[in-house]
This record gives sequence, structure tokens and C-alpha cells, in this order.
Amino acid sequence: MLRATFASLLARKLRLILSGLAVVLGVMFVSGAFVLTDTLGRSFEGLFSTVYSQTDVQVAGKPKIEVDELEGAPIPANVPADLVERIEDKVPGVADAVGLAEADGARVIGKNGKVIASLGPPRLGANWTGESDMITLRPGSKAPTAENEIAMNAGLAKTGGFNVGDEIAVLTLEPKKTFKLVGIFGYSNDRDSIGGATVVAFTTPVAQQLMLGEKDVYSAIRVKAAPGVTPEELRDRIAAELGPDYVVKTGDQLATETTDSFRRGLGFFNNILLGFAGVALFVGIFLILNTFSIIVAQRTRELALMRAVGASRRQVIGSVLVEALVIGLVASVLGLGAGIGVGALLAFVFGQMAGGLALAGIGVPVAAVVSAFTVGLLVTLVAAVLPAIRASRIPPVAALQDSAIPDKPLTRVTIAGALTLTAGGAALALGLSGNAGDATLWTVLAGVLVSFVGVALLTPLLARPVVSVLGRLFSWSVPGKLGRLNSGRNPRRTAITAAALMVGIALVIGVNVILTSATKSFDRLAANQVHAEIYISGEQSGPLPPTFDAAVLDRAGSTPGVAKVTGAYLDRAIVNGTKPDFVVAVHDIAAARDIFALTPAEGSLDTLGEGQLVLDAESATQIGGVHAGDRVSIQLTRGEAETYTVAGIYQDNDVISGIFVPESAAKNFAVPQPFQAFVQLAPGASITDVLPRIEALLADSPEVSASDRSAFIAQQTRQFDTILTMIQILLALAILIAVLGIVNTLALSVLERTRELGLLRAIGLRRAQTMRMITVESMVISVFGALLGVAVGTGLGTAVVRALRDEGFTDLAFPWSQMALYLVLAALVGVVAAVLPAIRAARVDVLNAIAYE
Amino acid sequence: MTTAAAARAVDVWKVYGSGEAQVVALRGISVDLARGQFTAIMGPSGSGKSTLMHCLAGLDSVTRGQVYIGGTELTGLGDAGLTRLRRDQVGFVFQQFNLLPTLSAQENITLPLAIAGRKPDPMWFDTVIDTIGLRDRLGHRPSQLSGGQQQRVACARALLGKPEVVFADEPTGNLDSRSGAEVLGFLRRSVREFGQTVVMVTHDPNAASYADRVVFLGDGQIVAELADPDAEAVLDTMKRLDVLGTVA
Repeated sequence: MLRATFASLLARKLRLILSGLAVVLGVMFVSGAFVLTDTLGRSFEGLFSTVYSQTDVQVAGKPKIEVDELEGAPIPANVPADLVERIEDKVPGVADAVGLAEADGARVIGKNGKVIASLGPPRLGANWTGESDMITLRPGSKAPTAENEIAMNAGLAKTGGFNVGDEIAVLTLEPKKTFKLVGIFGYSNDRDSIGGATVVAFTTPVAQQLMLGEKDVYSAIRVKAAPGVTPEELRDRIAAELGPDYVVKTGDQLATETTDSFRRGLGFFNNILLGFAGVALFVGIFLILNTFSIIVAQRTRELALMRAVGASRRQVIGSVLVEALVIGLVASVLGLGAGIGVGALLAFVFGQMAGGLALAGIGVPVAAVVSAFTVGLLVTLVAAVLPAIRASRIPPVAALQDSAIPDKPLTRVTIAGALTLTAGGAALALGLSGNAGDATLWTVLAGVLVSFVGVALLTPLLARPVVSVLGRLFSWSVPGKLGRLNSGRNPRRTAITAAALMVGIALVIGVNVILTSATKSFDRLAANQVHAEIYISGEQSGPLPPTFDAAVLDRAGSTPGVAKVTGAYLDRAIVNGTKPDFVVAVHDIAAARDIFALTPAEGSLDTLGEGQLVLDAESATQIGGVHAGDRVSIQLTRGEAETYTVAGIYQDNDVISGIFVPESAAKNFAVPQPFQAFVQLAPGASITDVLPRIEALLADSPEVSASDRSAFIAQQTRQFDTILTMIQILLALAILIAVLGIVNTLALSVLERTRELGLLRAIGLRRAQTMRMITVESMVISVFGALLGVAVGTGLGTAVVRALRDEGFTDLAFPWSQMALYLVLAALVGVVAAVLPAIRAARVDVLNAIAYE
Repeated sequence: MTTAAAARAVDVWKVYGSGEAQVVALRGISVDLARGQFTAIMGPSGSGKSTLMHCLAGLDSVTRGQVYIGGTELTGLGDAGLTRLRRDQVGFVFQQFNLLPTLSAQENITLPLAIAGRKPDPMWFDTVIDTIGLRDRLGHRPSQLSGGQQQRVACARALLGKPEVVFADEPTGNLDSRSGAEVLGFLRRSVREFGQTVVMVTHDPNAASYADRVVFLGDGQIVAELADPDAEAVLDTMKRLDVLGTVA
């Protein structure tokens, strides 16, 4: 008897560890996210204080267009070069003022002919301002002094395998230009780069022309204070001298502001991570709920006895909740510890990927600790409440009855499930209909969450028929049949276990349905409504879009076999004083009209002269109901606001929308080069003949390529794959926890059925057959969960796609192969989850299992 | 080597634990269990009767000595060999019935054959079912059957494979006297009419009286034997042994 008690205690410990593990993993994710973003935040702080260490005060122009950090960095207006002398001459206390001609977007072409990519850090092009405490030329190199000479930082030279004397091709605001590498420089403390940024240093006039697009201007002026003058004093003096047209800040201020802006970006990133942690914890609740339910069921007699000898219901509830509290507490501590480790590891990986971000020491922010315990305790307690209440409802007489209390009918739980699902569906519908206003995202999320709970409550009802049908697949052998029968034995338990797996898979499939539909819709749109055969475009990999030489447009137009070419330049602009929006500079508006089948609603779309624009009907309404002939003010990234006349308005369509300005306006764009072009072939011309000719034109524009329609669509939708991969990686944790749930349920089944297993072994079931039986039970549960997930995910995805029909989701398409893949994976997961319980089952000692003493 | 013995133990010792905690459950038992005979093994708690049965049935290993089922020596067989032997040559009836709750009565009865991948001989199946008298209950689950009915299903399961020996471990221990009598009568019929060999462990003299032969165990050794006993004789022997035990 003592032995049995001991065995059961041990077994329970295992179960508690398994369910505790779910909380540990969830808490780990939460606290890891906080540690990661905190560490990165402080690393950026260190990075930017280094970047601005040589700057006491910096003077820059006001950006023409302010954008927030999620949309990219604002581009400051250039300042006139003579401002340097003005500061040096007019402001007392200036030791030194240096004009900087520096901007992101100096893309170096590597030895393989491709642009050297950046995973985030800027690719700066700047004027060489001499060596300093921070910057020193490496041995054997010199400063660039001629127009065709450049220097670069050692990190970039290493990445590209460049040596002094090499010919280096660089893309800037202007098309590819080739320079001679004369200098390689490094930074203080023997660093090759600052935070992974690459720097190409030109002579000042070249940098001004290539990086700023103008002669005799600077992007900023770096001022050093004379001894005895504080940066703040100097800042105020300069600001007083220059007036309100310039932004004057101390180096410390800039470091803080830049760091803050990065921190806000990290905060956004953190929220995404927390969202996924939420999913994992949500799944964890299922697992803990199941474990506690089973523990309560197994302790029925013990609890009934407590009730019989006078324990109150409240005391019974308390005893279960205290147990949950202890698990939650232990799991939170372990999860926090693991989270700190994971956060540190990810920060390291991130630092390496970004090209060597010097990491600040790992810190544990208060938020990490608080959230770890809050989340850990809350999740465990919430999950334990239902089982605790059930425990309190055990009648004292159960202590005297031999048989277990029969399963309650599923009517109530089914009704509750139907109601919950309806509520979730309603919230989802409200959110997707766009009537929820600012709360749209939250309404949709809540709808999804509540729907999951509803489906989970309905699963027990589904479990019996579905499991029975699924199990038939495995029923060709006796162990298979026994396994199938076992999995249908406790529909609640099977259902909750499967529902946990459903959540992760449903989210993946849901997103997949949306992305597949988007691809299909895009495909159809391009096929039906874009009358172009060849597409020139590249994949965006950084803050700036990939661009190509504008001369390609004209050359393509005169290529044999080409009928029409239109090209697009993209930038943000302030139109009529509204918030920044995209504008497109169009090469050959008439070609664009024909290729995109635009129909004029007002005016004409035949020509687009200097100072003219065309726009779609919806935009015309949005900017205040303009009509053909009206005047519209447009502020581009560079230059002053200019007035344009509306030459024409085109009807709304599914393919393109937006404001079109003439190609000549692109000189004031942030990037004055086209990013896309569409080529229509002449009648009778063959794409196989023309495509190589167009490709030849792009030899000096390695960021883009010419492709046919299917390759273009594949290129444009490739980022969907990235999104999906990210989501799958982040949801892997939720799926892992669900697998733990399966292991848990099976381990328990094995334990409960020790006697049966003993009997089966006694009458001749081989060990291998025993394991097969458990494996089938496991596979049935996991495939059931995956089926639910696929079904629910398809439902969610379809709802979203249908709701977005007006936003261009014309087609609904299903990722059949992914769905099949998930079902197959689920079967494999079932096999893996069954390994330990099956070994345990096979090891059941026949004698102990059947002997009664 | 007589082929008349369905199961044989030769100088079987069974020792649990070691050192101080050592318990000797069987002390050199040699016994032949004749084919076509109904043998009862009796003895007080701790006499080793269950251990002997477990060793004979290949459920437990022996410390020393040999055990044979039919012509096969069990000692030295691995788990796979023992499993196959149990599957093909041994039938079990347990005190706790031990039916699978997910299977119907019929499925429970044919389970060992299904595991072995064999089909039951339909004539023999009909004979067995008619003998236990549960033809109208074959589709029921164990939970829908009474204790006596469940034990009869368990007996049918043990017999259907025509094993060399059926081992019954206190088969009436959980039954009322009427149901117990039915089960015992059924076991005896299977011996008389079908030539089945049955070995039963019991401490109930009344149950033992159904047997052709009673072997009494005491302290891990055979201490007495009765042939064709009635309940009276069994009880007398038990009392005598009890007195002897007290004197010793």
C-alpha cells in the first residue's frame, strides 16, 4: 500500500513538472522578451553615445517631412555650406565647426556583382573629415583627396574582401559610379565598425553631390566647443544666432533622442513577442487545466473523505488552489531564470546578425520580474479554478462508493461552447466589419481568443465521432484498435489535449490562408489588369527601396520589340498640408494609362507636364475634393513646397491608386531613381527575345532584375514566406507546449490503466505491440488537434479575406499543401509525444499490474 | 520425461530481496500438474501459493530450478519468448476479472487470439460460448455485466485459445457463492468434457472441492496433497496443517 502511494506521488510529481513546464516556457518567453529589448535598448544607448562622442553641438536643417520611427528616419533638409563659416565667425566659444555630408544609401557592389546587403544598420555615404580620436586610418592607406577616391570602414572592407587599390562600384543618389579605394579606417578601441554600419567616405564635393544631391550643402554641421564652454551654452548661442530654421542640439541630446526612437521601435517588437508569449500561455492554460482535472479525478476518494470528515467546500477549493499557487510560483522563478538566459542569448545573436552591435551588460528590468510572476501565477490559478470548483462538488458519499463518478453528459459544456463561439464570432465580425473604430485590432484579437475557447468547449462533442473515424485509419491491427478505443475513452481529456494543439496550428493556417489569398488575388490582378509582359523591380531589404538607373527607362523604350514603358519613383510628400502620404513620379503617363488600363474621370491622362499632377478619384476626395484644373500644394522631401495643377483624375481601380507627379519632380525625392518599371511588348514580339535585351540594360543596376509576370509575382510575394516563417517560429513554442500536453495525457492514461496493461501483457501482447497501442492513441489525439486547427484556421482566414474583399482580396485560396503538411507533422508529433509514455507502458511489470494485495 | 504433465516445477526456489530483508517464498518445490486434471493449490497467506502459480505461468522468474509448460522450459526464456508462450500456451483467469472496458464481451474473449493474429475456430467458439451461457450478452461491455458474468467471460477468454494450461488466481474471490459456483462448475466442465488442464489458486475449501487434486503449501513447500477431495476433507486437512503449524 505504501508502495502504491509512493508510486502515485512520484507519478503526480512528473505530471506537475510537465504542466509546470508549460508555465515555465511561457514565462520564459515573456521575461526573455523584456530582457532582450532592455539589453538591446541599452546597447543602442551605448552605440549612439559613441556615435555622437565627437559632437558637442550639431546643427541640421528641419526635415521637410516628419515621419515616425516605424516608417523610417526623417531626412533633414540640407544646410548651406557657408553656414560653417557663419557659426565659426559669429558664435563665440566655437573651437571647430565641420560640415558633414552624410546620408544613408551608399550601396557598395561586392565582388559577386551584387549589392552588399545590410540587415538593419545604415549604409552611410559621407565626406571624409579627417582622422580624430575616434577615427584612424589603418596602415597603408590615405585619405581620399581626388574625385575618384574613396575610403571605407574596415568592417565593410572585410565583408567585401576589398583592399587598398581596388576599384569599387557604389550606388548612391546617382547610378553606379566606380572609385578607387585609397583608405581603410577603423575606430577607437580597434573596432572595425560602429554597430555594424558601413561607411563610404568621399571627398566633400563628391559626397555633397552623391549623397545630398546638391552642391555646396551639408546634411549637418558638427561643432566642437572651446575649452570652458559647455555644450548647452554653445547650443543656446548657436540657436540664437541661426534662428528657428535650424535644429540645434547637443551630442548628448541627439544620442538620447536617437536611442529613444530605437527604444520605441523595440517596444513595438517587444509587444509582438509578448503577443506570441500570450498564445503560448493560453495553450499552457489548457494543459494545466487538464492536469488539475485529472489530479482531482484521481483524488476523488481522498477529497470525498475530507468532505466526509468535515472539510468545507471552500477548504477543498483552497487546497487545490494552494497547489496551483506553489506550481505557479516555482514555475515563475524557473521561467524568469530561463528567460534571462534566453534574452541574453537572443541579444547576442541579434548583435552578431546586425554586424557587431557591442552589447551592454545583461540587465533584468523590473518589468521582466513583475510580468514573470504576474503571468505565471495568474495563468496557473486561472487554469486551476475550474478543477478546484469541480473538486468541491464531490459529494462526501463518493468516499464510500467504489466506482468512479460517471462522466457528466456533455450537454452543458456544448451549450456553453456554442454560446462562447457565437460571442467570439460576433466580436470577430464586428472587428472585421470595420465598425469597431480604434478598437478594431483588439476586437479582432478578442474575437479570435473567445472563438478558440468556444471551439475548445465544443471539442468534447466532436471528439467521439471524429476520433472514431480517424482511429479507423489505424484499426488494421489489434494494438491500433485498442489505441483508438482508448483515445475515445475520455472525450473531455482528449478534447482539451487536442484543443491545445489546435490553437497554434489554427493561427498558422489562418495567416497562411490570408497570405495565399493575397498572392492569388495579386496574381489575378496582375494577369487581368496589368498589360505588361516584363517587370523591372527588386526586393526591398532595408529602409530604402531598391532602385535603378533612370536612363534604363528611355533605353528600354527604344529597345526593339518594346511598345511602351512606364516607370515609377516613390516618395512621401505632404499634399495640401495633410499627413505624409506616398506620391509617385511617373515616366510616361500615357504608357501608364494604357498598361494599367486607367480611365479618366476628369481631365486627361495623356500628358503630365511640369507642375501638373493626376490622381485617383478617392485621393481627390481625401485631399479636400479637388477637380481637374484645381491647384494642389505638394511638399517633397527636398526643396520647397510647390503648387501643382490637377491635369486629370482617374477612376478608382484595384491595381493602382495615388498621386502621380511628372518624372522631373523626382529630383526632389529622397531617392531620385525609379524603383519599378513595366514593359509592354510590341505585337508579335516574343518575351524570350526581349527579356535578355532588357536584362542587359540593367547590368549597372544590380539591385533590380527584369522578370516575366510569374517571377515578378513570386518576387513581390516572397516577403509573405518570411512573415509565415517568423510566425511559425514564434508559434513553435505554443505547439511545443501542446505536445507536452499530449505527453502528459498519455502518461496519465498509462498510469491509470496499469492493470489493463498488465492484463494485456499477461495474455500475450508484446512490448512492441504495447508501444504501438500507445502511439496510435497519441497520433489520434494529435491528428485530431491538427484537423481542428486546420478547420478553425481556415475559418478565421476565410473570415478575414472575405472582410477585406474591398481592399483587393478578390480571391480566396487555400494552402492545401501546408494543410496536408501540418496533418502529417501532427501525426509525427504524435509518434514523438508517445515515445516516453509508450516506453513506460511497455515496462509495466505484469505481476505488479495484476496482483492484488 | 512424461508427456502427461501439462506443467512441471523441478526444485523451484524463489527468493525475494537479499541480505537481512531476504524472503524465501518457495523452497525447492517439485510438482507435476497432470494433463486434463483440475488442480487446486491451497495454503495460508504467505505460503507461496500465488508465487508458485506466477512462476508456473511464466509471469515471474524463478531463482533456482526449472519450470516447464508442455515440453517447453520457461526458465531461460526472455521477455519475448515468455510473452509468446503466455499468448499461445497459457490462459489466465484473475480474481479482478480484468476485462478491457472498451471492448465488448465477444471482443474480450477473442482478444488473445486477435493479438496473436489468429482466427478462433468457430465450432470451438460456439461450444465455449454455449458452455458459459452468455450468447445473448456477447455485444455488451463489461460494465453492463454482473461480476459472475464478467468472470465467465474471463474464463471463456482463457479457454478459447485451447491453451496447455489455464491458471486461475482466486477466481471466486470477488463473487457471491452462487456466481462462484457457476464459474467453478464451468472450470470443472472444461476439464471433464474438453480435457483442459486447469490450475487454480484458492483459499476457499469449497472451491477446492471442485478440483481433482489439491496441493497444500506451507512456508514455501508442499506439505500435503488430497485426491478427489470434498469440502469436508479439505477443511480437515487445513485444520490439521494449522495445528501442525502451531505446534511447529
